[in-house]
Amino acid sequence: MAFGPYFLLATLEGLVTAAVLALTALGLSLVFGVMRVVNVAHGEFFMLGAVLAWAVSTAFAGHPSIGFAAALLVAPLVVGGAALLSERLVLRRLNYDPEATIVATIGMLYIIQQLALTFYGADARPVQAPFNVRIQLPWFGYSGYKLFVIGAAIVLMLATWFVLTRTKVGLLMRATQYDSETAQAFGIPVDRVYAGVFALGAMLAAVAAVLIVPIQQAHYLMGRDPLLLSFIVVIIGGLGSLRGTVIAALLIGLSDGIISVFFSPTLAKMLATGLVAMVLVFRPQGLFGVPAR
Amino acid sequence: MSAVGSNTRVWALHLGVIALLLAANFVLPEYHRGVFSRVLVLATFAMGYNLLFGYTGLLSLGHAMFFAAGLYGAGLPVYHLGWSVPLSFGTGILAGGTLALVIGVLALRTTGVAFMIVTMMFAQVFYLTTLYFTTWTRGEEGLVLSQAMRTIDPAGLDISLSNPSTRYLIALTLFSAVLLLMLRLVRSPFGRTLVAIRENEERMRMLGYDVFRAKLTAVVLSGLFCASAGAAYGLLFGYVGSGFASIQYSILPLLWVLLGGAATTLGPLVGTLFMFYIIDYTSGFTTAYLLLVGVALILLILFFPKGLLGTVRERWLKWLP
Repeated sequence: MAFGPYFLLATLEGLVTAAVLALTALGLSLVFGVMRVVNVAHGEFFMLGAVLAWAVSTAFAGHPSIGFAAALLVAPLVVGGAALLSERLVLRRLNYDPEATIVATIGMLYIIQQLALTFYGADARPVQAPFNVRIQLPWFGYSGYKLFVIGAAIVLMLATWFVLTRTKVGLLMRATQYDSETAQAFGIPVDRVYAGVFALGAMLAAVAAVLIVPIQQAHYLMGRDPLLLSFIVVIIGGLGSLRGTVIAALLIGLSDGIISVFFSPTLAKMLATGLVAMVLVFRPQGLFGVPAR
Repeated sequence: MSAVGSNTRVWALHLGVIALLLAANFVLPEYHRGVFSRVLVLATFAMGYNLLFGYTGLLSLGHAMFFAAGLYGAGLPVYHLGWSVPLSFGTGILAGGTLALVIGVLALRTTGVAFMIVTMMFAQVFYLTTLYFTTWTRGEEGLVLSQAMRTIDPAGLDISLSNPSTRYLIALTLFSAVLLLMLRLVRSPFGRTLVAIRENEERMRMLGYDVFRAKLTAVVLSGLFCASAGAAYGLLFGYVGSGFASIQYSILPLLWVLLGGAATTLGPLVGTLFMFYIIDYTSGFTTAYLLLVGVALILLILFFPKGLLGTVRERWLKWLP
C-alpha cells in the first residue's frame, strides 16, 4: 500500500484513540486539579462505564441505537452516583489527604474490579454500534461511527470548557482550585464543589468508555491501560492544566499508533512510560504546565 | 522509666518473637509451616518497605521492582549460568541495591504525589522489561528452578532448599537478621534523623542536615532489604516470574505495613501474617479475595491509619519501637 492511505488510516485511528483518551484524562486532570486527589480508581470508573453500557444496551430490544442512546445516558449517571457515594463515604472522611486518598482509591480499584468480575464475568463482550455507515474517503471507506466518536469527544470537551470558563459553577470550581481556603472564606461550598468535581471526573471517564465499547469490547480489566495512559497524558500536559491535557492526548494518541507500527507494543509502552517518568523527574510541572506558585 | 530498662525490654521482646518463631518450626503442622516460611520472607519485604514508608514518610508505589530485582538477580544466574545459591543470593541483593540507588537519585528529585507516580512508573517499566526479554525470563509463565539448582553443598554437606525444615530455618534466619538490623537502625541517630525528616523536612534542612543524602540512604537500604527478600523467595520456592514485578506486589507491602502498623518494627510481620490468614480463611468460601484486599485498605485508612501495633503502641505500650 502507498504511504498516503496508510498514513491517513493511522491518523484517523490515532484521532479516535486521542478523542477517548482526552475525555478520560480530562476527568483525571479535573479531579487532580481541583481536589489534589490522585484517583487511582479512575480506570475502573472507565471500565464500569463500559460494562454498564453493555448491560443497558442488551436490555433494550430493537434498533441498537436506542440501547446505545440509553447507555449514553444511564452509564455516566450510575458511575457518577457511585463516585459521589465513594467521595462522601471515604474521601471526605480522609480530608482529601493526598497519600491517604491514594491508598483509599487503590482499595476502590480492587473492589470495583472484583465486583465486575463477579457479576459481569471474565469475558469480553461487544456492544453494537448505534449505526453502521461507511464514509467514503479518497482511498478507502471508513467507519462513520469512529468519526462520530471523534466529533462527540470534541463536543463534550467544548462543553466542559464552556462550563469551566463561562458559568457560575465553573467559576466556583476554578476558585476552589486556585485557593480552597480563601474560596471557603468567601462562602463557596468547597465541600460540595469537591463532591461535584469527583462525580464529574468519573462521568467523563464513563462517557468515554460508552463511546469506545462499540469499537473495543467491554472487559473487567479494560481500566488498566486508560489509567496509565491518562496518567501519562495528565503528566505531560501538566497536572491540572486542561489545555495541556488535550494537547498531550492528541500527541500521545497520534504517536501511539505510529510507534506501535514500528516497534513491538511492549517496547513502545516501556519507552513511553520511562520517558514520562523522566518528564516528571526533570520537569515536574509538565511540558505545558506552569510551575506551582 | 530508665532508658536501660526499656532497652532490655525491647530486645527481650524481639528475641522472644524470634525464639517463638524458631519453636514454631518444630510444632507447626506441615501446611502451616509452609505458610509461615512464605510469610517470613514476605514480611522481610514488608520491613524493607516500612523503612521507607513508615519511618522516612516516603510512600513508594513501586517496591515490586526491588523485590523483583532480587528475584531475577538471583534466579537468572542460577537458571542460565548454573551459579551456586550463595553467590546468586549475593547478585540478587546487589541488583536490588544498584537499582535502588539509580531510582533513588532520580525519584527523590520529586516529592509527595509525584514521588508515588514516578516510582509506580519506574516499576511499570521494570515489569514491562521482564516481559520484553521473554527469551530469558519466560515472562508471566516464569522460570522454575529445579531442586538440583537449589542445593548448597559446603564441604560435602548436601543442603536442599526444598526441604521444608531447611527452608523455614533459612527464611527465619533472613527475617531475624533484617528484623534486628531494623531495630538497631531505627533506634540509632540515623533512624531518628529519618523520622525527623518524615515529621518536618524543612526544619531538618534548616538545621543543617543533608536531607537528600539521608533519604537516598533510606531508599538504598530499603531496596537492599526488599531485594534480599526477593532473592530468598526465588531460591527457596524455586519460582521466578514477572507477576512478582507487577503493580500488585507494590501494593501488597503497603497493605501489610498499614495493617500491622507503619513505623513499628514488628508491624510488618503482624500485618503479613494476618493478611495471609484472612485470605487463606476466606478463600474457603469465596474466590473474591481482591474485594477483601480493597475493603481492608479502605477500612484501615479510614479507621486504623496507625495499624494494629500502631494502635497498641498509642493506647497501651508506649515503649514499643
